[in-house]
Parts: sequence; structure tokens; C-alpha cells
Amino acid sequence: MPTSLREAHQKHQNSLDILFRSVTRLSAFAVLALLLAIIASLIVGSMPAIHAFGLGFLTSSEWNPVTDKFGALVPIVGTLVTSGIALLIAIPVSFGIAIFLTELSPRILRRPLGIAIELLGGIPSIIYGMWGLFVFAPLFGDYVEPWINKHLGHMPVIGPFFSGPPMGIGVLAAGIILAIMVIPFIASVMRDVFDVVPTLLKESAYGLGATTWEVVWNVVLPYTKIGVVGGIMLGLGRALGETMAVTFVIGNAHELSKSLLMPGNSISSALANELTEAVGELYTSSLIELGLILFFITFVVLSLARIMLHKLGQREGQTS
Amino acid sequence: MLNLYTRRRIINAVSLSISVLAMLFGLFWLCWILVTLLDHGLPALTPVVFTQMTPPPGSSGGLLNAITGSLMMTLVGTLIGTPIGILAGTYLAEFGQRGWLAPVTRFINDVLLSAPSIVIGMFIYEVYVVKIGHFSGWGGALALSVLVIPVVIRTTENMLRLVPNSLREAAAALGAPQWKVISFVTLRASRAGILTGILLAVARISGETAPLLFTALNNQFWSSNMNQPMANLPVVIFQFAMSPYEDWQRLAWAGALLITLSVLTLNIVARVVFRQSATAH
Repeated sequence: MPTSLREAHQKHQNSLDILFRSVTRLSAFAVLALLLAIIASLIVGSMPAIHAFGLGFLTSSEWNPVTDKFGALVPIVGTLVTSGIALLIAIPVSFGIAIFLTELSPRILRRPLGIAIELLGGIPSIIYGMWGLFVFAPLFGDYVEPWINKHLGHMPVIGPFFSGPPMGIGVLAAGIILAIMVIPFIASVMRDVFDVVPTLLKESAYGLGATTWEVVWNVVLPYTKIGVVGGIMLGLGRALGETMAVTFVIGNAHELSKSLLMPGNSISSALANELTEAVGELYTSSLIELGLILFFITFVVLSLARIMLHKLGQREGQTS
Repeated sequence: MLNLYTRRRIINAVSLSISVLAMLFGLFWLCWILVTLLDHGLPALTPVVFTQMTPPPGSSGGLLNAITGSLMMTLVGTLIGTPIGILAGTYLAEFGQRGWLAPVTRFINDVLLSAPSIVIGMFIYEVYVVKIGHFSGWGGALALSVLVIPVVIRTTENMLRLVPNSLREAAAALGAPQWKVISFVTLRASRAGILTGILLAVARISGETAPLLFTALNNQFWSSNMNQPMANLPVVIFQFAMSPYEDWQRLAWAGALLITLSVLTLNIVARVVFRQSATAH
């Protein structure tokens, strides 16, 4: 009977539809489960350290595997300071690059230059680390740091931050290399959000006689403010979690020193250097708690970045 | 006293030249890093690098076991991560209009996309390496697959959204069930874009070091057993570069050049594939 045959066929296809939908839904759910599993495993792993040190873990600068006393202050400060230096350098440079790519560059150069900047972001971080250790740090220690010492080291307030032996490796060098690494990320987000600005708005401003800079500063930037901040946060998220480039040049010293020229430590480089060699439950667990802290910080930063970029996208949807 | 017009023009000229300088600043680092790599890497890149195992300090050797290990783990990691990524991306693009799951997944995926890779390595270390009791190539591949998934999800979703709805409607009007519409029409229409995403994901994981430190670790000898600690280029480069031995450092430069060239080539190939598909439409 043709009708029942068709019904059977339709039923078969319907169940395949449901199957297909469930399989894809399950995969989407797997991403959620992955995140929960990461958080759960980090919390479980750091339980012994949380029990042993409590909140004092965050404020103690002691890190002594021999006496089993651990505190996260040095790596946390190192992570925040290197990322801060990186952003200080990367934000203006990325802004300049984005302006160049969207407003100034000749049309033929726009694509290749954009790709070149993206390739800079594609270079693996371990290459930055090696280059930093063998090429950048020696030059930095020989030429730049003595200059910093001489000119900034004796200034009243900021002096202590810039005095110290010129060794090349250290917190400042790590911050600069991080800056080079995050410039491509921030620059390409900024370029993308600048491209969102309606041509009509820009042309109106030009029509009123505004210069290119005035268009950028008074039209493009206000329009894309949220997106720009989102891009910066995205770069910050990258900088906070970056491991290899920092590990090579930061010097890996568990000491808190005021000077940016001295070696320090960051969360990720402490993990990279010590996790596989850690002996004893408390040592391992303290390192895992460091990882938990890092994940928490980057999660918050990246979430804020996404929310901001999303808001810009929504507004674009309303106006067009 | 400068008049207003001159002042505005000067401000414009100064800030725009600063912008040009910023661009040059960015290119300067790219060139410097590439020149250094070629300078140190090319002399070290002899045929021996591809035919011999990693040596103990002081004797000659190559990177064969590390290259093979990297290729195997990248391949397995991609094979595990890609199907999950494509399926989840399909869900987000095709079924994600209603309900709570799609927006939440999209958000979390975006966060995972730039989550620190070292934490991913730690996660696999906790749930896999510690449980089985030794470092292994499978662990490395698993950690890499976790990094592949978000990249593939993102590009799959974006590419599927570019497929015009009229194409879906046309297929549905012919009586095709939804699973056929998606797998034979929309996914097929966006396969070049999805391939771009996979290539970018491979490019990303082939240079990753941090997640392999705690999972695959390293192996000085030839090993094609994924259940054993496995040599891989990034970790070998890390160990050799940090070592005081000059011949090890030379091998590290050779490895660094190899990795960078392959990652950059993958990036460029991905763009070319994408561009060709875009012009073909």
C-alpha cells in the first residue's frame, strides 16, 4: 500500500531528524560539560591547599617546597604586572595600527598588511620566548636597561621601579614581549570594530570639513567605544594566560621586588616549571590552586570582553 | 599664534604619522623575529635533523622522534576535536534560535577560545595523566583536542550562517528531511569555510607547548606508542633552548624554524582556501 509505505518512510525520516538534532545538541552540551569539568577538576585538585592555607594563600609571598609553605602573592603580582606593562604598550600601538589599516592604508596594501599583523599573532608563543631569551634580552640588558637605570632610576616616585642590575631578563622584558604578542589580537579586533562604523557617518564628518584624525577621534572612536574596550580585554585575557613566552624571560624567581628590572614569576610560568617536578600532595595542590586562580581571573576578563563586544554587535543590529 | 586651521592640520599630520609609525613598529617585530629564525635556524637545518633521534648532549642527532610525535598528536587531537566541533557548531547555527543551551554554549565557547592553554593541560593532567599514572601521547592528543573544539565550533557556526536561507527552503520544499538539508546542502555549501577553520585549528595546536608539558612530556627515544610519554617538537625546543649545551640549542633553533614555517604556511593556506571559496560563490 503506497500510503502506509510513505508513512513508514516519513516516520523513518522523522526519527532520523530527531537523532540528528540530539547528536548535535549533545555536542553543544559537551562544551558546557567541558567547562564544568575543568572547573571541578581544578577545585578538587586544589582542595588540600585550600584547607591548609585558606585565604592566606592569596596574600602570602612565601614559596618554600622544603617546609611545605606556599603562597600565591608573587606569581599573582607577576602575572598582573607583566600583563599591565603589556597593555600599556599594546593599546596605543594597536590603536595606531587599526587606524592605519582602516583609514590610511592604500587599498592594495590593506590586505597584505592586515595578514602580516595576523601572522605576527600566529607565531607560536614558544618562538617569542626563544627569541626573547637569546636575542631580545641580551640587547635589552646591554643597551636599554642601563639607560633606564640612568634616567629613570633616580626619579623621586617611580625611581625604585626602574633601578636594579641590568640583566636583560626580568619582569619588564617579559612585559614587553607580551606586548608584542598581544598587539596583533587587539589590533585585529579594533580594525574589525572600526570597519563596523557606517560610511555615512564618516562621510558626513568629512563633508563638514573634519580632518582624518578628527573623524577617528570624534566619530569612529565614540561609535565603537565598547568594542574597543572589549578588544583590549580580549588582549588582556591572552596576556594573563600566556605561558611560554613569559617563562623564558621572566627569570622564575619567587621573590617580590619593587624593581621591574628584577626577575620575578608569573602564575603560568610557575606552573610550567614546577608542576611535573612537584613532590608531595601539598606542593602539587598549591600549584593547581594557582591554576584555578589564573582560570578564574581570565574567565572574568574574557567574559567581560565578550559581553562588551556582543553589546556593540547588538547596537549595530538596531541601527542598520 | 597659529590659526585654527593650521593647528588642526598639524594635529592631524602628527597623529597620522604616529599611526604609520605604529604600523611599522608591528612589522618591525615580525621581520626581526623571522630574520632571527632564518639566521639561526637555516644553518642548523641539515638532513640529519629529519633522520636521527634527539641526541644526548655532546653528540650529533636530529629531531625525527619529535617531529613524528608532534605530527601524530596533532593528527589525533584534530581527529577527536573536529567532529565534536562541527556537530556543536551545526547545532548553534541550525537549531540555536530558541532555548537556553545555544546562547550559553556560544558564550562559553568564546571564553574557551582564548582560555589559557596551560590550564587545559593541567585539566588533562588531573583527569587523565594522574589517573593512569604516567605521561602519555594520548593525554597530549586529548589536551590538543580541547583546544581544537572552540576554534572549529566558531568557524562552523559562522560559515553556516552565511548560507542563504533560500537554499535551505529550496531543499525543504523538495521534501528533504531536516538532517538531509543540513548535511547535504548547508554543510556542503560551507565546507571550504569549515576547512579553513580546521586548518586554523591545526595551526594553533601545532605550536602549543604549555598543554603538552604536563601530558605528553617528552621522550628521548623513538616511540610510536601513544600510550607512552611522547617526544614532540615544542617541548623538545623548550628543553633544548633552556639547556646550556650549544648543540642542543642549535637543534632547538632548527625545530623553531620548522614549527614557525609550518604554522605560517598553514595560516596562509587557510586564507587562500577561504578566499577561493569566497570568490567562487
